[in-house]
Amino acid sequence: MTTPQHSSSRPAVPTRELVLFGGLIVVVLGVFFAMGGAYATRMLVEAACYAILALGLTIQWGYAGQFNAGIMGFVALGGFSATFFSIPVNHDFWSSDLPGRLGGVLLAIIAAIALVVAVSRLDRLGVPKLARTLLTILVGLIAYLVVISWLREVTGDIESQVDFVGGLGLPVWVGWIVGGLLAGGVGYLIGHICLGLRADYLVIATLGIAEIIKAFLKNSDWLTRGTATISPLPWPVPSPGEVGFITARALYLSVTVVMIAVIFFLLHRAYHAPWGRMIRAIRDNEVSAAAMGKSINRRRQEIFVFGCVLMGIGGAALTSFTGIFDAQGYLPLNHTFLVLVMVILGGPGNNLGTLFGAVLVYVIWIMSGPMALALAHFVAELGGMWFDWQPGNMDSQALQARVFVIGLLILMVLRFAPRGLIPEKVAHHD
Amino acid sequence: MNELIYFFNYVVVAGSVTGSIYAMGAIGVTLIYSILRFAHFAHADMMTLGAFLVLLLTLLFPHAGEPLGLPTAVVMLPIAMVLTSLAAVGIDRVFYQPLRNHGVKPIVLVIASLGVTLMLQGLIRLFSGTGAQSLYVDARKEIFRLEVPGVTRPIILTEPQIILFVVTIASVIALHLFLTRSRLGKAMRAMSDNPDLARASGINTQLIVTLTWVIAGSLATLAGTLLSLDVAFKPDLSFFLLLPIFAAAIVGGVGHPFGAVAGGFLVGFAETLAVFNWSVLLRPLRDSLPSWIELPNNLALVGTEYKIVVPFFILIAVLIWRPTGLFKGKVI
Repeated sequence: MTTPQHSSSRPAVPTRELVLFGGLIVVVLGVFFAMGGAYATRMLVEAACYAILALGLTIQWGYAGQFNAGIMGFVALGGFSATFFSIPVNHDFWSSDLPGRLGGVLLAIIAAIALVVAVSRLDRLGVPKLARTLLTILVGLIAYLVVISWLREVTGDIESQVDFVGGLGLPVWVGWIVGGLLAGGVGYLIGHICLGLRADYLVIATLGIAEIIKAFLKNSDWLTRGTATISPLPWPVPSPGEVGFITARALYLSVTVVMIAVIFFLLHRAYHAPWGRMIRAIRDNEVSAAAMGKSINRRRQEIFVFGCVLMGIGGAALTSFTGIFDAQGYLPLNHTFLVLVMVILGGPGNNLGTLFGAVLVYVIWIMSGPMALALAHFVAELGGMWFDWQPGNMDSQALQARVFVIGLLILMVLRFAPRGLIPEKVAHHD
Repeated sequence: MNELIYFFNYVVVAGSVTGSIYAMGAIGVTLIYSILRFAHFAHADMMTLGAFLVLLLTLLFPHAGEPLGLPTAVVMLPIAMVLTSLAAVGIDRVFYQPLRNHGVKPIVLVIASLGVTLMLQGLIRLFSGTGAQSLYVDARKEIFRLEVPGVTRPIILTEPQIILFVVTIASVIALHLFLTRSRLGKAMRAMSDNPDLARASGINTQLIVTLTWVIAGSLATLAGTLLSLDVAFKPDLSFFLLLPIFAAAIVGGVGHPFGAVAGGFLVGFAETLAVFNWSVLLRPLRDSLPSWIELPNNLALVGTEYKIVVPFFILIAVLIWRPTGLFKGKVI
């Protein structure tokens, strides 16, 4: 920032924000008239869900400088939770003996963990450390093999007898909240291991955990029906069948907008509170913050978990809206890198900028599909006219061009606008 | 004995193959880490790019390998290595160097490398489509069956596997000699130990950076091509390689090339052992076991669909108990 801003002499009209948001409204209205109301409301709802994800990343990356490359995993976890809590109960499953057996296996897993922990503490009873370590590994291996073979047996029976465990038939918002909590729990475990180390390690670990969550959800046919997918998912508002597409989507949009408003308000308060100043102090100068007696790892842990909770909630809202739970539909490109572009383009650390980036990038993204296809057809037609060129079906390849563009966009923003379109405003007090 | 041969084919050979691939990838990651101080996430895609260039060259000249008696793809390797190295140096000049000159934090370079990942993936898929293609164009993969006397099951090795072992051993020895004997190699080690001191003592750091990309790009091409020769070229190859090669580099101690080799083989063998069905080995003992032990049919530690969990857990275990890696890496 070249001109230091004084908190007292702040410019009265934030021109930059007004111009950018005005342009955004024009673009959205353009989509409204070009593609119709149903299309535009769907786009806006999805953009709102992505905005929640982007707010989650902006507090991790913008506030605290932690980079999370596994947003997809937290989204999938939130989506699974929303699905599991909201879809109807599978009575075949609950009336069989399978719930009891599944519960028995879960108890066995807990018992096995307790046993392994107990064996790993044997050195307190005077067992030599080396013997304890070897014994722990041996006991852990045997317990794991026994428990996993029981689990395979029960889940195989569930798949063959009742298809899958079904849901709980609870209101949708319960699933959203639990989804946030689940994502936060996973975030806590990852953060606990990686936050004290170099920042790169967090990237690798989050990338890995996202793939593992996806692999688990994709292959656990007894829990999620795997590739067979679950649909339809209930909505927290009246469904399109009852009140029509546009009204239902508008109601859903209002729910997500209220969520964003609440999150935005809370984040705004937190950012300007002593807690927010402490977070930024840690980001900007870790050594001084430590010297001031701030507990760096605790704060990092908090912020990482908060971000993951938001990602879980956003993912749950997004999956409920899509109306189908398909574990294979969670892609790093759509659910991790798109959010990354939203945050770094909009302005990391600036909530308003992040919102702006989320809506803008989502509009561009959703419109780029048809545009890439049209461009590919145009090029193919020209090629056919001029050089007698007969390409095959270019549709899937034209969509790959979007991957390239997203990558290039990330690099361009980092190079030429590292602080985003609406940069973070750091208040200076003289 | 049949079971032992089975074990040899499915664990020793398969583990060495994956281990060699991971090792060559991890050397590149670890070298870039020690010279440029950031985790280069586009490395797995550089492996794919190398393999893709070989595929293109092989499609252009499908019979170039016949006079030498080698698969055409192997003959095309040196050209593809040069091209990939050029691409790597170009990417560094265009994307990473301006950021480095701005003095950004290493994490920003990591994000930039994620951007490069997407660009490379998009480009490769744009040209190759999304399906798998064999690198044996107009040729057949040779399979050697070694009969062991007294056993019905033969030891099976394929041509690309033998080439892979030879190339891995040769390149590790060459890298060792380069780093310990040559002037440039010593300069490289000096720069990884202390970049400021290296620059002050007159080492051309720009040259060293270029050299790092050339070595990393060449090794990536070798690993990617030989993996694609063994199975097939797939544009999403990098997806299965990224986590294992990073796990290998961290297990071996970041900035430690020979640690990376050891880490690569550790991760490769751990993966193979974890998905191996152990009940095959226990089958001959079945009759002598007491009756209360029932041998399940599937004694694999994890199913093949969860293979990705293995490098992740190795990574987590190392980060918890020995964040510096087994061989005390320089960078934590």
